[in-house]
Amino acid sequence: MAQNNSEIRYLTPLAVEVKKKKYCRFLRSRIKYVDYKDPQFLKKFLNEQGKILPRRLTGTSLKYHRKVAQAVKRARHLALLPYVTDMMK
Amino acid sequence: MINQYETVFIATPVLSEPQMKETVEKFKKYISENGELVHEEDWGLRKMAYSIQKKTTGFYHLFEFKADGSFINKLETEYRRDEKIMRFLTFKMDKHAVAYSEKKRREQESKKEE
Repeated sequence: MAQNNSEIRYLTPLAVEVKKKKYCRFLRSRIKYVDYKDPQFLKKFLNEQGKILPRRLTGTSLKYHRKVAQAVKRARHLALLPYVTDMMK
Repeated sequence: MINQYETVFIATPVLSEPQMKETVEKFKKYISENGELVHEEDWGLRKMAYSIQKKTTGFYHLFEFKADGSFINKLETEYRRDEKIMRFLTFKMDKHAVAYSEKKRREQESKKEE
């Protein structure tokens, strides 16, 4: 009984996700100011529904994540970005 | 205390061209009286991400100016009073924002010269 769990055979090889080191794009490219007026750049931080992506996915540092969130909310106020949508990308 | 501000407002698309010019002129004069107008941008008629007051497009206009803090309340009451303006946003620029807008203006000038 004990030995059969050692040679567990998977149908498909286990695709172990190689951990890509996330980096903050603002620190790397030394962008200091997130402009709320160009929606193209801000769209990189939104998902399909137009919601702001969390830091663990975008990997941005806290300071710049707050600036991005503030810029997205201003862009939404000015109708440059939708509050909610279905297929945005 | 003189700060640098940036204000964007959306005017209803139902306006004719001269009416739109006249509202822009009105605000431009109002701002240049109480402060120093640094930069002005007209994005013209743009499609909005969602409809405001049943309209899906709007005239966008941007002013960048230096003014005293107390002037902002007056400017915003002026916006609220004018029913042609659907929405507005004023924004106090910190030093990074000022550097960013100057850099962008320099790029635009260099592009125009080419």
